[in-house]
Amino acid sequence: MGLRFREASIVPGFRLTFGFTIFYLSVIVLIPIIGLYIKTFELEWERFIAIITGPRFMAALQLSFGASLLAALFNVVIGVMIAWVLVRYRFFARRLLDAIVDLPFALPTAVAGIALTALYVPEGWFGKLLSPLGVTIAYTPVGVWIALVFIGLPFVVRTVQPVLEDFNREVEEAAATLGASRRTTIVRVVLPPLIPAILTGFALAFARAVGEYGSVIFIAGNIPRQTEILPLLIVFRLEERDYAAAAAIAAVMLTIAFVILLLINLLQVWSYRRFGNV
Amino acid sequence: MSDTAIALRSAVSPVTETRAVRTTLIALSVVVMVLFLIAPLIAVFAQALNLGLKPALATFDDPDAIAAIKLTLLVAAIAVPCNLVFGIAAAWCIAKYRFRGRALLVSLIDLPFSVSPVVAGLVYVLLLGPFTPIGAWFLEDFGVRIIFAVPGVILATIFVTFPFIARELIPLMQDQGTGDEEAALSLGASGWQTFFYVTLPNVKWALLYGVLLCNARAMGEFGAVAVISGKLRGETVTMPLQIEIYYQEFRALAQVSAFTLAAVLACLALVTLMVKTWLEWRYADQLAATRSGH
Repeated sequence: MGLRFREASIVPGFRLTFGFTIFYLSVIVLIPIIGLYIKTFELEWERFIAIITGPRFMAALQLSFGASLLAALFNVVIGVMIAWVLVRYRFFARRLLDAIVDLPFALPTAVAGIALTALYVPEGWFGKLLSPLGVTIAYTPVGVWIALVFIGLPFVVRTVQPVLEDFNREVEEAAATLGASRRTTIVRVVLPPLIPAILTGFALAFARAVGEYGSVIFIAGNIPRQTEILPLLIVFRLEERDYAAAAAIAAVMLTIAFVILLLINLLQVWSYRRFGNV
Repeated sequence: MSDTAIALRSAVSPVTETRAVRTTLIALSVVVMVLFLIAPLIAVFAQALNLGLKPALATFDDPDAIAAIKLTLLVAAIAVPCNLVFGIAAAWCIAKYRFRGRALLVSLIDLPFSVSPVVAGLVYVLLLGPFTPIGAWFLEDFGVRIIFAVPGVILATIFVTFPFIARELIPLMQDQGTGDEEAALSLGASGWQTFFYVTLPNVKWALLYGVLLCNARAMGEFGAVAVISGKLRGETVTMPLQIEIYYQEFRALAQVSAFTLAAVLACLALVTLMVKTWLEWRYADQLAATRSGH
């Protein structure tokens, strides 16, 4: 029978653990998410279209995905740099910096939100320096971007770092003895195996940024059509008790997020085949 | 002469960067981290102590703040053990057996990571709110409110912290295989004995690590809880929600209270990071498999 559900094992407990896992997963995650889609289907088609093409929704969609994309791209650049510095160089306070990278994972989002706002309002430490130059960050899309950079920062560092640590440096030596310049070695030898990890980090940072709420709403100022993010629109619809509209926005967000994650997963499979993993 | 030539040439190793490049990269990294990570952290404490220590400590005389702290502790004390039991069960069945759909199960466990916290709160409001069949049934037959009440806050917290412990355990237990368990079982140990005396000690540090991350997120969750709690002061308001309430009052004293509660949570985050770092130094090899986790 080649179609057996699982391979034989003498380790007991499969039924108990598998049963409990499926039960808990269904009750906590799957059934509620399916319920969201069912609720969305209760809407008439015209109403659904009206919600997801409204100017306020479109503006929030653009801001949420645009700022998240820019933040995740910025995180790729500085994330790879920080991972490189932490793995390759030895300097004072390196371990402290290494530990601090995880701060956005550990610091509650609301705390990050009010802290960033306090820094960038015109009377804040950074705001004071920037406002004479005519730059305002708090309550503008740039503020949203800053918050999203903050919460996405650890993802790329933490996916690239272990790959870089395991990287076989003899390959670099080989490249150097064959006459490659340092720049060629880095671009042609070191970077390609990092690409799958970079893509993973990018995807995680991007997905997190699109859904982020707590750290953004304080610094965004939530000006309609200018600095409103999608999750905030859901909150507004909920406060108006327009549950169907809230569900529709959430369903669109969730679906786009799933499609993007799927695409990036496919890209990752391709890049593993193309660049491998040294 | 030729000696100095060799010394000069080897000063710039072909497999590392020049001193100038290294210094620039280190300086840039430090600047980025100071601007984006360390400055906000310092700002929290500076704002809390803006008017001195006394107004900051006065926060803890407010019954709303005390209620919020108690609720946060209660929510974490229920949500973390729930996800701990789930994490162990899920890791056991995924790591110790090979079955169809295993990869799919792993992806489904990760699903809450890609769901916005606001959406996580919303799905429960839609499923269990007082206007839904299930919500009405609980309310009428048992007199229990779920949404806009404490049970909802706990549920939402469980959702957003759902994958944390499982994610730490699965790669490690997969790495360890089933050899130890098979040895114990063939020597006559029961299934539970094998689990408590063999498996659990093998994964204890990764487990602690997962609990730590799960707890930090559980105590700090904002979006999901904001949607589901109804923000009833002194009843369903957790610490992050109380921070928002204080922050929006725009009185100088309320601002201090907001940042004082924020400073308490920031201290929790710092303790989490310290224990995490210590675990990583001490048990690097045992945690190695979980490093690439997030």
